[in-house]
Amino acid sequence: MPEMNLIQAVTSTLDAMLASDERVVVLGEDVGKNGGVFRATDGLFDKYGGDRVMDTPLAESGIIGTSIGMAIGGLRPIAEIQFMGFLYPGLDQLISHAGRMAARSSGQVRVPLVVRVPFGGGIRAPEQHADSAEAYLVHTPGLKVVVPSTPYDAKGLLYAALQDPDPVVFMEPIRLYRMGRQEVPPDAYVVPIGSARVAREGTDVTVVTWGNMVALAEKTAEALKGEVSVEILDLRSLFPLDREAIWRSVNKTGRALVLQEAPLTAGLAGEISALIQDGAFWSLQAPVARVAGPDVPYPPYAWEDMYLPTPERLQAAIRRTLED
Amino acid sequence: MDWPLVQVLGTKRDKKADVELATALYRDMILLRSFDERAINLQRQGRIGTFAPSLGQEASEIGSAHALRRSDWMVPSYRDHGALFVHGVPLENVLLFAMGRAASLSSAVKALPTAIPIATQLLHAVGVAIASRRLGQEDVALTYFGDGATSEGDFHEALNFAGVYKAPVIFFCQNNGWAISVPRAHQTASETLAQKALAYGVEGARVDGNDALAVHQVVSEAVARARAGEGPTLVEAVTYRMGPHTTSDDPSRYRPDDEYLDWKTHRDPLLKLGGFLLERGVASEALLNTWAEEARARVQAGVDAAEAVPMVRPRGMFEHVYDEMPSVLHEELQAIEEVTPDA
Repeated sequence: MPEMNLIQAVTSTLDAMLASDERVVVLGEDVGKNGGVFRATDGLFDKYGGDRVMDTPLAESGIIGTSIGMAIGGLRPIAEIQFMGFLYPGLDQLISHAGRMAARSSGQVRVPLVVRVPFGGGIRAPEQHADSAEAYLVHTPGLKVVVPSTPYDAKGLLYAALQDPDPVVFMEPIRLYRMGRQEVPPDAYVVPIGSARVAREGTDVTVVTWGNMVALAEKTAEALKGEVSVEILDLRSLFPLDREAIWRSVNKTGRALVLQEAPLTAGLAGEISALIQDGAFWSLQAPVARVAGPDVPYPPYAWEDMYLPTPERLQAAIRRTLED
Repeated sequence: MDWPLVQVLGTKRDKKADVELATALYRDMILLRSFDERAINLQRQGRIGTFAPSLGQEASEIGSAHALRRSDWMVPSYRDHGALFVHGVPLENVLLFAMGRAASLSSAVKALPTAIPIATQLLHAVGVAIASRRLGQEDVALTYFGDGATSEGDFHEALNFAGVYKAPVIFFCQNNGWAISVPRAHQTASETLAQKALAYGVEGARVDGNDALAVHQVVSEAVARARAGEGPTLVEAVTYRMGPHTTSDDPSRYRPDDEYLDWKTHRDPLLKLGGFLLERGVASEALLNTWAEEARARVQAGVDAAEAVPMVRPRGMFEHVYDEMPSVLHEELQAIEEVTPDA
């Protein structure tokens, strides 16, 4: 079985999708000849040509709006937005159209669209290149939102997104693109949307997280080994959420901490905390904790290490849940 | 570069005009006007919600839509009831939209749901047009919008994308003079809207939007070019919104009366085409009245059909959001059903 990193899993999966389905079209800024700014579409332009791997004009609303039309018209567009901080001009198309087309047409018009969007910080990128804007998307009815943190899940979730009749935003954690390698089966397989993964089993406290923060949680859990037994739940789907998996884990450990890279207020961690009260309240031995980015714009990178949650902050927060 | 206003009625070109086509256009235009009058009454009676009338724009609506085949895509905005009728959407579906139900669509008709945010639908038209060509079909896309929409970023992005990909799409701009209360002169410093085509390297045309035969001719030429793979066209139909923006609007607050009266008296699209039919001896006053009577009967049938549709149930708000309903929506639906009588 071939070993690969997360971005190689994305590239090889796009390759297989383009090869097996004529309707699949990859489009975005620099995805063609240049193979994408992160090289996620490397080599695909040469293999499939500019009609299937389309370099678009530099316009995010244009990319998503045109992709909506292409999806309705019978193609299977997979659009790339270069960085999540550049998604905002396309939010109108996602919120006003992709997410509500099926509902307002009574199901007569569906939008089987995939939007791939690298997100998150930790790579010393220029300003506006490190945002985690999942809350806007999860708050948008009609969209599904997934985020892999392993090469295996990247492939399986990308297949699930492509096969889904509804629009799916596929968030790619930039920091994990080339961080680790994993065996990835060569044939097509699906990781179902809406299913979380226990990334590490533990008994004292559950850390619920996704994307880049899964790696941070794993590092922290390893450091606390012997002192605290940490269970890590990698959500993989941000909408729909795997509520049963969250409740199962917290009912087992009795303590919960939600870890996100995005700013704290009105972030997804707040929603998950409320869900934990719904389904695991009587098991809780301590208040649900949140560790998140502060309520400031993602800073220029000189401050990046202070902005992002660190193993030290996470360790301290975990210990606090154990004091109660 | 010059952007002359194409006209047929009242010029020597109308001698060669197709009277059968003129008759068909007139009959659909009178249907649209009857529908409009009735819908405004229904709104005043509280039987439908806010309604955007087409009064004054019948030639643009009907003339353009008649240039399409049924297999072509129609991508409408919120004032395009007439175009949707021509493309096959039943009257009652448009009324149901005004009654707060789902978008004016019919599964048998190749049209997208009416777009409410301004100019956003132009990109969808580009997308379906690209898909059509990629799938080896020869269908084109025709999208509708107003003069105000040309100020939006999506207008620019759509024309730009369409030009780059030579997409088979017709951008049909009804310049009706007003974007709610803001006149056309405040939207852009450009002398015409058609000239914006030049910047995107696409074809542009300017047509008298109250001359149904001219609209039909110009849009037909644009459709033929698109079908032949010669790329998109921006059509500016110069017309006039003789009514309010919607039933919630009062144009007397901002619109000069003499301007309105001039269009109503001298350039009403129905008077123009009706006059042509009378002059050519195709129809008598009595026949025009019969057609108007028949149109009102069709509208009545549409009203009856719409009002016979049962009340909505909570499930209708949930069942199509996702192809398969996520469990969280299921629970939210159940909670509403539990407190809704006859759910």
